[in-house]
Amino acid sequence: MESLLHISTLHYLVLGAALFLLGVIGVLTRRNVVIVLMSIELILNAVNLNLVAFSRMWGGLHGQVFAIFVITDAAAEAAVGLGILIAFFRNKETVNIDEVNLLKW
Amino acid sequence: MAPVATPFFFYLLAGIMLIGGVMVITRKNPVHSALALIVTLLAQASIYLMLYAPFVAGVQIILYAGGIMVLFLFVIMLVSIDRSIRERQFNSQWVVGLIAATALGGLFIAVYTKGTSIFPEHALPMIENDNTQKIATMLYGQYMFAFEIASLLLLVAIIGAVVMAKKRI
Amino acid sequence: MGAILQYVQSYLSSDKTPGAAGNMFWAFVYIMLVFLGLSVAVIAMNWLERKILAHMQVRLGPMRVGPHGLLQPIADAIKLLLKEDIMPAEADGLIFWVAPFVVVLAAFTVFVVVPFGPTHAITDMNIGILFMLGVSSLSVLGIVMAGWASNSHYPLIGALRSSAQMVSYEVAMGLAVVSAVLMTSLNATGTGTLSMIGIVQAQLAQGEWFIFKFFPLGLIAFFIFAVAMVAETNRAPFDLAEAESELTAGFHTEYSGFRWSLFFLAEYSAMIAVSSIAVTLWLGGWLRPFPNLLSGSTWNEVFSLVPGATFLFFAAICFYNTARMPKHPYFRVQTIGLAGFGVVLGLIGLVLFVPAVSSRVQDIFWFSAKVAGFMYLYIWYRGTFPRYRFDQLMRMGWKVLLPMGLGVLVLTAVVALLQSYLWHP
Repeated sequence: MESLLHISTLHYLVLGAALFLLGVIGVLTRRNVVIVLMSIELILNAVNLNLVAFSRMWGGLHGQVFAIFVITDAAAEAAVGLGILIAFFRNKETVNIDEVNLLKW
Repeated sequence: MAPVATPFFFYLLAGIMLIGGVMVITRKNPVHSALALIVTLLAQASIYLMLYAPFVAGVQIILYAGGIMVLFLFVIMLVSIDRSIRERQFNSQWVVGLIAATALGGLFIAVYTKGTSIFPEHALPMIENDNTQKIATMLYGQYMFAFEIASLLLLVAIIGAVVMAKKRI
Repeated sequence: MGAILQYVQSYLSSDKTPGAAGNMFWAFVYIMLVFLGLSVAVIAMNWLERKILAHMQVRLGPMRVGPHGLLQPIADAIKLLLKEDIMPAEADGLIFWVAPFVVVLAAFTVFVVVPFGPTHAITDMNIGILFMLGVSSLSVLGIVMAGWASNSHYPLIGALRSSAQMVSYEVAMGLAVVSAVLMTSLNATGTGTLSMIGIVQAQLAQGEWFIFKFFPLGLIAFFIFAVAMVAETNRAPFDLAEAESELTAGFHTEYSGFRWSLFFLAEYSAMIAVSSIAVTLWLGGWLRPFPNLLSGSTWNEVFSLVPGATFLFFAAICFYNTARMPKHPYFRVQTIGLAGFGVVLGLIGLVLFVPAVSSRVQDIFWFSAKVAGFMYLYIWYRGTFPRYRFDQLMRMGWKVLLPMGLGVLVLTAVVALLQSYLWHP
């Protein structure tokens, strides 16, 4: 009980791991491309949480700077991913990821 | 300022984040998923505040919740979702996906239970009065190269997104 | 009873905000006070807008409901609360219900860091200005949700236009804010700060309001922010998204009654919030005019009489209008009401002359007076300028304000570096 009440780094890491798992399940099981992209954002956020928790543990700020870079990268990747989605939707009129099978033999 | 009621706020915010995460991956309507993701992101910003990272929290609110999610909502509105709501929502290989995720979860549990002893208590007391100044010193000093590369990456992403979404190049 | 008084006294003489002192009770009291003040301000804005617009258009405005229409906002509020709550048939219920709350939350949470005085803020975050910009950008989400959930053409187009406009002008706002924050780093200590109270204290330490610093750079930055903040809050002349003649009413077409009043409340609160940012960053926050030029104890005395004198002036206007009321028994209640209102204003003015009250209220009064000036400017813009077309609006945001903001930022940085290396003031 004492270890549950005293919030240590492990608590934050477990929370980050849980979010990561939710994101992985979302990416692997959903058919809607937009929701897959949002699950990827969940994964990136879980990574950020781990980074900032470790930065708190060690007392330096390197983790926080890394987290800022990860957020920047997430923005760039979301923009390009959604651009690809719009281009794909214009061709196929669907957002079903199972229909992305033009290269299937 | 001394932290107040940390366990209560941590469990509250963690609960909000997990419920939001579950709603993101299970809702039929993508707009509902996007709203759940916004709630998750805002709860995460609050957890950053608890972790003595106010600048990262501010950046998260401005960029993630106020920028990326607006982009998601715009695209969801442009892409017609009426048909997609009526279709089947989950993959045909959802069982394999769940097994893979469970295996990953088991890996996480193994690592965390084995390595509990290596996490020391918080090494240095963090103060948050000059957090922004210190991050700025690091960002423009030690990580200057990465900063410039990140701005180049954003430029490439802008051009890429415009080219992908244009009707006629 | 004595213990309670002593508790109140011991807190009032401290020099920290409730957030910094970790005092939850006083933080709650301050939150209630800010909420109350905001509500009064929104009600007053409603009446003032209609009256001032009317007088600018050479007509009288609401005159019937109370003396000179003073009770009109209350009548409006009662009407809005009693209206039927309509939801469109195919609308998305949850999002339709949540959207006004998101906008109101974003507009009200901003006031946590607004500094009414050196210790009169609910809390003073290290990232104050960043927090304000970030949370006010969350209202875009609420508008997009409102337009989408109404499931109808006009709200959707209005929401898309409105959110595109807000996102565009946020960039220009951010650049103007950064160039003001840059000026805070010219302190003696050499480090700038993002905290709102710190920015005003930097203006106090450097001896001039940032609007006059590095003339004309501070002025241009202030001008960019002043234009961008009007566009950010969807007010005239940038109100294409909600103009009645263009798009019925934009994103809040399908909202009626209490939900519409939430949007209306959020709009006025957002106006007050961005005006607070402008006042804090460029106009010296809670500092009285000419803090360094006209310093000394006599000038301090003179300026400390201004709050009381303002309220006595308003009371005198009330009494003058009471004397001018028609002497018909039909107007007896209104005349008594107006005289009573004048008496209340006069009493407030007299209370503000008491030194103990005056010394605490000084900062809040000057801050509120400057924000009230901005509100008057908003109403003036609405009465004067024709509306921008949407493509002209976007062109101005991206092609005019953004390059200007970048230029001001670079020039401010260059001049600041030159000053700190060459001048050593």
